[in-house]
Amino acid sequence: MTESLLDYTLHLADNSLIMGHRLSEWTGHGPMLEQDIAISNIALDLIGQSRNFYQYAAKIINSDTDRKDSKVLSPGEDLGEATEDTLAYLRDANEFKNLLIAELPNGDWAKTILKLFFFSTYQFYFYQKLIYSSDKQLSAIAEKSLKEVTYHVRWSSEWVIRLGDGTEESNGRIKLALEELWPYTGEMFEPAAYEVIAVKEQVGVDVSKLKNDWQRKVSEVFQHATLVYPGKESTWMQTGGKKGIHTEHLGFILAEMQFLQRAYPGCKW
Amino acid sequence: MIHTKQNIIVDEILQLLEDVCDPEIPVLSVIDLGIIRNIKIDEGEIEVFITPTYSGCPAMDMIAMNIRMALLQNGYKKIKITQQLSPAWTTDWMTKNGKQKLRSYGIAPPVGKTFDKKYLEDEIKVQCPQCHSFNTKLLSQFGSTSCKALYQCNDCLEPFDYFKCH
Repeated sequence: MTESLLDYTLHLADNSLIMGHRLSEWTGHGPMLEQDIAISNIALDLIGQSRNFYQYAAKIINSDTDRKDSKVLSPGEDLGEATEDTLAYLRDANEFKNLLIAELPNGDWAKTILKLFFFSTYQFYFYQKLIYSSDKQLSAIAEKSLKEVTYHVRWSSEWVIRLGDGTEESNGRIKLALEELWPYTGEMFEPAAYEVIAVKEQVGVDVSKLKNDWQRKVSEVFQHATLVYPGKESTWMQTGGKKGIHTEHLGFILAEMQFLQRAYPGCKW
Repeated sequence: MIHTKQNIIVDEILQLLEDVCDPEIPVLSVIDLGIIRNIKIDEGEIEVFITPTYSGCPAMDMIAMNIRMALLQNGYKKIKITQQLSPAWTTDWMTKNGKQKLRSYGIAPPVGKTFDKKYLEDEIKVQCPQCHSFNTKLLSQFGSTSCKALYQCNDCLEPFDYFKCH
């Protein structure tokens, strides 16, 4: 179980870190001051969540004596114990288990908003269930995160409506974003092997069961936004992120995010 | 309460923590905020349990350091600060005194109790800390720190921070 619990925890940590890091790219570039602050706050919440998950993952690694010697699972050479930092800064792209939608480039404001709306709505229903995890720490992180994600859903829903039901320009942009992002929504509800085990152990959430709630919420917001919900017929969906098979975009994020620790290992300030 | 040596020490520590402030909102102590969850004393080691207001709150590390400093300065040596996530922090734990201090500082304190869902989901009436009017509007759900939203008073026109009910 430890093996899959670790993968499961890293998957959750990577989701929040990569999404949070992406959103932080807007800091200083938001369309207006209040929204710049809002999106930076959301980025901060997500990175905070990821820290909680990484700290727990590091604890799992360090408490397993067999594992400590394994370089694959205790990344970084001669760095001793795994920490939240070694896990965020010293793993390569194929070790990251985040959803592909989290790593996609921000594009314009419409694309960022829609991406966040899809992701936050997923997290909202996900954390609601993770609270009942038999793993006390995962349950505690879920309880804490859910309160924050509630605000993210609310904020991004309002923006989806504003853009969809806005001007011809904003409507056109969010429609384009929808076309681009839709094929990345299916992965959220397709469990990876470690998720299947986590469900069996009553540690994890059965993501395939979240689909109905997610669809209902998205359809409802789309109706207000005068957007057509595309999911009636089945579309081919992109997958792979949860298993470490990523788009080319993740490498660029890591190159920027990990640069300092790669160039100056163990550097502190 | 029985005045054993242990709970005299706990009282003393609680007293000291009254002077440890939130670096972002310096009028509030960690006691006012309700983030001190427990104090344990075991063979001379003091363990203080704190809970973060928001997962990403950057003030937490500084708060933990300030608690340690305050205890060290007062002669306590073995100190452990443990972060506890559950039960998750809520504004319901903020003291009445804390809410009063916030208001005089110019930040509207959280309205209502979080167990009442409508305070999280619907529009609520927030009172302007300057002119006390309830005729205010939400400018942004996110403010200068994770714990605040931005409001404006329609009567005196002053923008102000509102400490979110959470």
